[in-house]
Amino acid sequence: MGVATYIKDEKDAIKEVILQSGIKIKPVYTPEDLERIGFDYKKDLGDPGEFPFTRSLYPLGYRSRNWTVRQYTGFGTPEETNQRFKLMISHGQTGLNVAFDLPTQMGYDSDDPMAEGEVGRVGMAVDSLEDFQIAFKDIELNRIGTGLTINAIASVMLAMYQAMAEGYGFKKEEISATPQNDILKEMIGRGAWIYPVEPSVRLIGDVIEYSMKELPRCNPVSVCGYHIRESGCTPAQEIAYAFEIAFTYIDNVVARGYEAEQFVGRFSFNLNIYGNLWENVAKFRAARKLWARLLRERYGVQNRRALFLRGIFGGGGSGMTKQQPENNIIRGAYYALCAALSGAQTTALCSFDEAYTIPTERAAIISLRTFQILMDEIGLRDTVDPLGGSYFIETLTKEMEEKILEEMEKVEKIGGMIEAVSSGYVQREVARQAYEYEKRLQRGEITKVGVNKYTEGVDMEVELHEYDEAWAEKQIKRLKELKRRRDQKAVKHSLKELERAARNGKNVMPYLVDCCKDYATVGEMANVFRDVFGEWQEPGIF
Amino acid sequence: MIYMGQRKVRVLIAKPGLDGHDRGAKVVSLALKEAGMEVIYTGLHQTVPSIVNQAIQEDVDVIGLSIMSGAHIPICRKLMEELKKKGVNGKLVVVGGVIPNRDIPALKEMGVHGVFPGGTPFDEIVDFIKNNVKER
Repeated sequence: MGVATYIKDEKDAIKEVILQSGIKIKPVYTPEDLERIGFDYKKDLGDPGEFPFTRSLYPLGYRSRNWTVRQYTGFGTPEETNQRFKLMISHGQTGLNVAFDLPTQMGYDSDDPMAEGEVGRVGMAVDSLEDFQIAFKDIELNRIGTGLTINAIASVMLAMYQAMAEGYGFKKEEISATPQNDILKEMIGRGAWIYPVEPSVRLIGDVIEYSMKELPRCNPVSVCGYHIRESGCTPAQEIAYAFEIAFTYIDNVVARGYEAEQFVGRFSFNLNIYGNLWENVAKFRAARKLWARLLRERYGVQNRRALFLRGIFGGGGSGMTKQQPENNIIRGAYYALCAALSGAQTTALCSFDEAYTIPTERAAIISLRTFQILMDEIGLRDTVDPLGGSYFIETLTKEMEEKILEEMEKVEKIGGMIEAVSSGYVQREVARQAYEYEKRLQRGEITKVGVNKYTEGVDMEVELHEYDEAWAEKQIKRLKELKRRRDQKAVKHSLKELERAARNGKNVMPYLVDCCKDYATVGEMANVFRDVFGEWQEPGIF
Repeated sequence: MIYMGQRKVRVLIAKPGLDGHDRGAKVVSLALKEAGMEVIYTGLHQTVPSIVNQAIQEDVDVIGLSIMSGAHIPICRKLMEELKKKGVNGKLVVVGGVIPNRDIPALKEMGVHGVFPGGTPFDEIVDFIKNNVKER
């Protein structure tokens, strides 16, 4: 979903094209457009690898460095996930991205009544360090970077990752984990939040501060415009909201007495690709440029590398359809092309069967092959920023930049992202956009192949990933055994210390690492925070 | 009908379980409101007993569940049991979300009245509710 609105005449000729971000596209672009927008090569683009990085973060783009493919993977118990990790690595995947099941994301142990029916369903179930030891067995953690898709308790999972890696003999300085650790976007779009806004943001800050000192190769936060876009916002809002969220986290850490320069270079972003190709390419180019410029202006960041908008540009699930599911393979290929034309460092795709359930092995490998075909067969590594200098793309990039700034200003007017989320402003705006979009789709003003045009009536059936009820039983059994076996006194003590740190405003990370090493469970650690911080109440938005 | 006697049709849109993807729930809520119904949205992370309690307290005519995690079968089963346990009758139960076609018969069999997988036109949902909601 997410293409532009087209206004046509009776002969099917296109009269007007309006992108989702509200920009109108002209039928022809010429050098006059560049003149109109005041285009200046040095100021607006710079050479690849040079400020403001519009063209690329690296002078030689993909020639010097192929992108990292990091398909979102995980289901069942840690054993199933470990097998799928190894399978994807053996097929040429170069990074991991762990999917956790909902109980884990929400800080419940597998035997909690709240976990019923969900254990191992949409990701891997993790109750304790023991599970991480199984999931990452025989994986070279000094070579393979790992995304941890978890937010409310990202602190717990990063601590567990460190504890696990150290147990396997890796040094904490050499491991590279990217916990998602973006709670504000969960409150806007993905819904896996637990604690109220302020303590949640403090936990994000704890992870950033700790990583800066102890985990130099980890990327402590992955700011996700992706999920806000999935929830319905426009591409310009996606970037605007992501930047406002990032500023909130930066401010939290700066308030602890650090300079942004010391840590912001490890920030990464998770951004979305679906919809209009040109709008997305322009969005990414504008985002790289704006991020570098804003960090310089607002926080005085000078170090070149600290200005990089690094991250994963991934194919959005909202673009995929349940109808004619094979079309999703083709959509995925175009999203991947868009990622490559945009200079994505890291990428991933939703697999073609994800409108139904989590991907089968086959579907996940097709996504991987899509990327490999682009880079190894089609020529996307040949030259850096191939669309650079196009009258159209440069004009659109500039217009996107303006739209993004406009949306940022709206958030800043109401006092920044904490206020915008607490009051429900962003949630309301996103829901409104989603509804308007859906209506336009249903009225046929936006075309979605196989959904409202070129339909075939009967849906084809696809082979689906099967959920196995036995996974939950196995996981609960392991948890019960662990609880019997571990040193109860040590667990009690480390949890008590964690509680004290949480209450006294100390950085909780070292205490979490101790808890993990003593085999405290995810639920136990999350509940310490529940007791200290309480739970968030969503603002009403209707 | 939009009006049941003197009052508007009342719908509880609920997000059971831990799944937090609420675009569908919010979009459908807005569509039902625009169609003239009164919509109460529970917010995220609701337990089945709490949904049933809210349905009773708010005296709704329709309970609409939105489920994206794949756990629609166990959640719906639990809801139907809870409604029975609490002696709640006459409420229309509908479900939407990421629901494979092959699961629809099982959901209908346990007493779910309407199943609307992602992408169902708003009109279809609105018409279904209008035509099936019980006069009281």
